[in-house]
Amino acid sequence: MSENMFRWEADADGIVTLTMDDPDASANTMNQRFGEDLAATLDRLEREKDSVAGVVLTSAKKTFFAGGNLDDLVKYTKADAQKVFDQSQQIKGLLRRLETLGRPVVSAINGAALGGGLEIALATHHRIALDAKGSKIGLPEVTLGLLPGGGGVVRVVRLLGLADGLMNVLLQGQQRAPKAALEAGLVHEVVDSPDELISRAKQWVKDNPEAAQPWDVKGYKIPGGTPSTPKFAANLPAFPANLRKQLKNAPMPAPYLIMDAAVEGSQVDIDNAGKIESRYFAELACGQVSTNMTRAFFFDLQAINKGASRPEGYEKHTARKVVVLGAGMMGAGIAYSCAMAGLEVVLKDVALANAEKGKDYSKKILDKAVSRGKSTQEKADEVLARITPTEKAEDAAGADLVIEAVFESPDLKKQVFAEILPHLAPDAVLGSNTSTLPITGLAEGVDRPEDFIGLHFFSPVDKMPLLEIIRGERTSDATLAKAVDIALQIKKTPIVVSDSRGFFTSRVIGTFINEAVAMLGEGAAPSSIEQAGSQAGYPAPPLQLMDELTLTLPQHIREETRKGVEAAGGTWVAHPSEAIIDRMVELGRKGRSSGAGFYEYDESGKRTRLWPGLSEEFGAATGDLPFEDMQERMLFAEALETVKCFDEGVLHTIADANIGSIMGIGFPAWTGGVAQYIDGYPGGLPGFVERARILAKAYGDRFQPPASLVEKAEKGQSLRGE
Amino acid sequence: MTEAYIYDALRTPRGRGKATGSLHATKPVSLVVGLIDELRKRNPELDQDKIEDVVLGCVSPVGDQGGDIAKTAAIAAGLPDHVGGVQLNRFCASGLEAVNQAGQRVRSGFEDLIVAGGVESMSRVPMASDGGAWAMDPETNFTTSFVPQGIGADLIATLEGFSREDVDAYALESQTRAAKSWADGAFDRSIVPVVDRNGLVVLDHDEHVRETTMEGLSGLKPSFAGIGEMGGFDAVALQKYHWVESINHVHHPGNSSGIVDGAALVLLGTEEAGKQNGLTPRARIVATAVSGADPTIMLTGPTPACEKVLAKAGMTVDDIDLLEINEAFAAVPMKLMRDLGFPHERTNVAGGAIALGHPLGATGAMLVGTMVDELERRDLRRAIVTLCIGGGMGVATIIERV
Repeated sequence: MSENMFRWEADADGIVTLTMDDPDASANTMNQRFGEDLAATLDRLEREKDSVAGVVLTSAKKTFFAGGNLDDLVKYTKADAQKVFDQSQQIKGLLRRLETLGRPVVSAINGAALGGGLEIALATHHRIALDAKGSKIGLPEVTLGLLPGGGGVVRVVRLLGLADGLMNVLLQGQQRAPKAALEAGLVHEVVDSPDELISRAKQWVKDNPEAAQPWDVKGYKIPGGTPSTPKFAANLPAFPANLRKQLKNAPMPAPYLIMDAAVEGSQVDIDNAGKIESRYFAELACGQVSTNMTRAFFFDLQAINKGASRPEGYEKHTARKVVVLGAGMMGAGIAYSCAMAGLEVVLKDVALANAEKGKDYSKKILDKAVSRGKSTQEKADEVLARITPTEKAEDAAGADLVIEAVFESPDLKKQVFAEILPHLAPDAVLGSNTSTLPITGLAEGVDRPEDFIGLHFFSPVDKMPLLEIIRGERTSDATLAKAVDIALQIKKTPIVVSDSRGFFTSRVIGTFINEAVAMLGEGAAPSSIEQAGSQAGYPAPPLQLMDELTLTLPQHIREETRKGVEAAGGTWVAHPSEAIIDRMVELGRKGRSSGAGFYEYDESGKRTRLWPGLSEEFGAATGDLPFEDMQERMLFAEALETVKCFDEGVLHTIADANIGSIMGIGFPAWTGGVAQYIDGYPGGLPGFVERARILAKAYGDRFQPPASLVEKAEKGQSLRGE
Repeated sequence: MTEAYIYDALRTPRGRGKATGSLHATKPVSLVVGLIDELRKRNPELDQDKIEDVVLGCVSPVGDQGGDIAKTAAIAAGLPDHVGGVQLNRFCASGLEAVNQAGQRVRSGFEDLIVAGGVESMSRVPMASDGGAWAMDPETNFTTSFVPQGIGADLIATLEGFSREDVDAYALESQTRAAKSWADGAFDRSIVPVVDRNGLVVLDHDEHVRETTMEGLSGLKPSFAGIGEMGGFDAVALQKYHWVESINHVHHPGNSSGIVDGAALVLLGTEEAGKQNGLTPRARIVATAVSGADPTIMLTGPTPACEKVLAKAGMTVDDIDLLEINEAFAAVPMKLMRDLGFPHERTNVAGGAIALGHPLGATGAMLVGTMVDELERRDLRRAIVTLCIGGGMGVATIIERV
């Protein structure tokens, strides 16, 4: 075997510094070598205990330790349960030996300690973190549908108590900077320099020769109590209920099982608590949801942020000056995001007052950040100074990027581009933030269509991470490469799709809403429709979302689409939702902005209740649709439309489909995205096809699986092509 | 066939279940011992050697009520050593369950004379003191959609369209009937005053009954809106009852059962045992049934239980003169009356737990006693006694005056 990844250096005082340095990887992870080398290192520590005064554990990598090995974790199925359980137990056994060595052990956390990294540190007696830039400390397993299976649940509960441990660390997987981790009680000290890190660690060893974990000291009690403590027990029944309320009963098992492991484990000794944790860990690691979420939020997202859909062979592009056309809600948000990334921003509107109002949007966000201590006044002023509101086209002089965000009218867009073009740098990227209008058509309005590209932002731009980049027929590879670079420059997550009406995101989300609306006419109770959406995992219930979007918007888009289909000689197949939406608009119930929609609103615009008239108008709440069907119709409608987007060449990668659907249009996170939903469906892609056929029989041909999908199912393939 | 006869039914008055209640300074075991003493006193020919077992319902069997309070009471009361004691828990129907199990054992011919009943000192041992996985274990709690009963009661009212005025009007009627029962001496035969070790009277009347008006009731704040919202329980219930948009929280202390202390006993035996011990049968147990419905809404079990017990007895509601349904929350009896098509005039005729209180483990046995008394007072024949129960269960018993 090659050298041990725990480099052993003993100093004159007998303090052994163990420096983790996996020779085969850029970061230390909980791989096979880790287990073997830690065991060997513990053997030696125990053997040479008499000459060891204490241990300082640190890392030679930029990070302290990166956590579990996701390449392995993502592949586990139910058949691997024993293996996963055993591995989890093995790691716990080793970490238990470390914390019961009988010598002080200090973690010198030189960089990020996430997941397994923090779990190792929690098994040491003292944790000192270096305040390194970008260093994060926490247990983010829950965000990948997992739980900390290396003793993280057990030790956080014993360190912080059940309530604080669950709320502040385990259930949301917060990643904290070292100082915030200190405040949260996860580390004991924060230091400013690497030298100080080691010297403080060694000093602590010298000062605390008898160090032991709090839970190994006689008389220890879990802070805040356990189920056998009446005061704690009184509130305990509400723990799972509040979690359910918060997660809306979406099928995300990780938070629940974390709570289960924490509470059950609090009632037994640490080793049995560990066993309970390992059981729950194995269940999650071998389950479908962790596979879905790890694929999406780790692998797919990583691929996208590395520019997977960016054409190769073009130099990295950095935008310097952007003109944002139109200072409405979208334009204002785009201006903010660009200014935050350091771009010089010209925010142009027809009237200066509008443009200034758009700039105020940034000021409001920045003021809030300053008042909350998340930014300084100086930084906020700098960002604001980069935004120039104007009504004059000539202020765009020399800009290398345009992002047009005016009203969705092809003529208006053509006009504003014509006005600005003469003032731009000759090779400026011409971006349009349209959400539905075909880019190829808009590009006809400019004299260099190869530089024209769709940059579809999502509202509110400062919060939504996605950027849907739409390549028109004549958009060049060079422009596309620049657009991807610009997206990453302004800290957005870019997906790349080809031109089509509604592109990918707008087109697919429409099917979700239509399906929900159609159910009203089939006798579903309106609140059942909302619950079906929420319990399927959608962030907003569909009728509520529809009211927010305004009913005339999909009506308008549908009419445009219908015209397009008919102009191309096709026949328009009406969706059962159309009559309902038309009638609602006719009744003046156009959504929240009109003061009435599927919901009722009070004078202040607050949603009060579902409109009782839905029953009389459309027969809602007179029938009885199977709840599971209601949920799956929404999910399937979007998944099937996505397959069509692949078939029609609109979508090109699974990662774009998954990330675009989750980050852009609220497709449920537990699915791992709209493409992964198909592959992860019970029975895999063939199971999905079978279920689609059943839905088609019951609810209409729109659920018939496309031929491409049937073909893959017959060949036993997945959508991902594995 | 061997019949199970009810020979006697006794109960303590119900004391307010808090530190200011009259029975708070009396041990739960003493409540039972006092009733056993009275049982012997009232039935001088009763050969206590013939008593085979003491079966007591108790819902929070810990602390003062722990460790098999039935056998403890039997020993403390000086019953012969061979007389057994068993404590059982069917939540709110424990007292009726004790009567039913005793009746079944008698009717089976295996045993001849059994003392059944229940006890609960809610002031001493608060509800939920005994924990339990359903509420306290997050995994069980989550997978079974646990919500506290009050949320279920409010959900029943929402689903049935019972308004706040409806449930308050029901509560007012319960108080009116309870007050009339006391004025008419309706409880005289069953009530056994609680006395202290010197024989001094501690409590001789139900002290939860109070003068009530609609106006007074309308001023009370809903009890479960807070935990429904802050505790997340409304969301849990609505996720299951997804066709309901929101829960109308109508229940409050004035239209829900009172928290009280108390105990009750029922003496059951065969015809032969009665003759040997100089006892006169008052009623017989016609049929018993346990059933259940959705555990989340929790309180709709009486309907299937009543339907089941009627079917077992080969009867319909037309064969029933009086219906006694524990008033856990006003919506519970209101729903049962609607489901069975049974008139309010003949339901809970003596007033119910809203006025009198609901000493969890004892109530079922108290209701049996009330029905025996009322059938006699009104010269009627049959009654159903039923209670809604945690976990969605329902227990029902048909008794017939003989």
